[in-house]
Amino acid sequence: MIAFIERLGSQFMALTTSIAQGFWFSLQLLWAIPGALLRVREWMKQLYFAGVLSLLIIMVAGFFVGMVLALQGYNILVSFNATEIVGQMVALSLLRELGPVVAALLFAGRAGSALTAELGLMKSTEQLSALEMMGLDPVKRIFAPRFIAVLLALPMLAMLFSVMGILGGYLVSVPGLSVDEGAFWAQIQASVSWNEDVVNSVIKSLVFALTIALVALFQGVQAMPTAEGVSRATTNTVVHSSLLVLGLDFVLTALMFN
Amino acid sequence: MIDIQALSFARGSRVIFDQVSLQIPRGKVTAIMGPSGTGKTTLLKLITGQLAPSQGSVFVDGLDVHQLARGELFHLRKRMGMLFQSGALLTDLSVFDNIALPLREHTQLPEVAIRSLVLMKLEAVGLRGASELMPSELSGGMSRRVALARAVVLDPEMIFYDEPFAGQDPIGMGVLVRLIRNLNDAMGLTSVVVTHDVNEVLTIADHAVVISGGKVILSGSAETLRASKDPWVHQFIFGEADGPVSFHYPAIDYKQQLMARME
Repeated sequence: MIAFIERLGSQFMALTTSIAQGFWFSLQLLWAIPGALLRVREWMKQLYFAGVLSLLIIMVAGFFVGMVLALQGYNILVSFNATEIVGQMVALSLLRELGPVVAALLFAGRAGSALTAELGLMKSTEQLSALEMMGLDPVKRIFAPRFIAVLLALPMLAMLFSVMGILGGYLVSVPGLSVDEGAFWAQIQASVSWNEDVVNSVIKSLVFALTIALVALFQGVQAMPTAEGVSRATTNTVVHSSLLVLGLDFVLTALMFN
Repeated sequence: MIDIQALSFARGSRVIFDQVSLQIPRGKVTAIMGPSGTGKTTLLKLITGQLAPSQGSVFVDGLDVHQLARGELFHLRKRMGMLFQSGALLTDLSVFDNIALPLREHTQLPEVAIRSLVLMKLEAVGLRGASELMPSELSGGMSRRVALARAVVLDPEMIFYDEPFAGQDPIGMGVLVRLIRNLNDAMGLTSVVVTHDVNEVLTIADHAVVISGGKVILSGSAETLRASKDPWVHQFIFGEADGPVSFHYPAIDYKQQLMARME
């Protein structure tokens, strides 16, 4: 019994320490952002790695998700003779939910894990210590540009995901299932609201980007400097950020659309 | 120059240093030696403020390293250079950019001057021809020489070497041994070499310190170390397999353990 309480206590202590460290790390990171914004070349380089290299997976995934949505939607709507609103259904599903969420999940798997692995390896090869020994703050030089890049990349990728999804939905609905083209676009135009759908979609993406960036960078800096440590940190990034994205999506949806 | 006073440090329940005091003189090459796992690298990290001691102080030129604010510590580190065991070159920058980094960050020098300085340092370590290579294209010895050029590019007053000879072939080792001595003399540095390669380091060290079990065992010149009658120092300097440092890791009785398995 005492051993159980001791174990519980030590786990609680580890958890609170980790939360405090994460909070302190986030504060340091936010403090470093204004300076890092001026280093355009560095965050542009990271924007390429996090954003441009994620383009293919995001675009292809968005395209297929849109096609599946249209196909499933059509099969239901056809029984109500309402197939012309398939475009509306695809666009709203993508903009409100699937665009930000699926893009964030894919981004966490591709760019988030890569960030953690990179930082974990930088730590294990003493590159972060070397920067400190040169009198350079790794938070400003390494973490902040990556944080900015993630914050910029994900909202753009999520929007691209939705656009590709609508395009995929169009191809399945109009040429594929003979839905009226005019009705398809008119329904989207009539139902998609700029503030309620597009802006909220971007806000969701920004929150998810913030979450993924903090989790990936914190896991990288906390990784044990061993192969096993880096591997565990990378897995943690994907698992933690995916769960946080899904949880936060519920909270944000409740706040935005309720 | 560096004054360590009653320094204690522990990792969990394992005591690494227990009330260690030692002085590192200015302008000399000081070798800090000891078997693997004694905390030689930890001592360098304590001196440079990368780790904080549980007790005691480290003074560098009269400044208490662990009482400095983060900005002051970073300022002090501009006067220090450190050669890491792995080289620790930034893998996304070329050799040239790695060496230019401290200059670009800490000085307002024009790019022309930076280029001249970087090429000068690369020439000193014999790698001017490798300036455009990426770290992944370098051998282990070349990485360390580039890292050495980077460590001295701001003309520091003191330089710390963490196991500079580990994993080096005889040529690479000879090159590094000569570079450490020559740089120390040419730039008037204070050099601290942490190593367990006794024979190599004693050829260039002015002063040597042997640590083990969290204590300083002996401190003095290379001759003092070689002439020491202390059985532990003798075993370490002459690389004897058994002695005060047992060949076997502490364990329960062998027979008792074998019998316990059978049960």
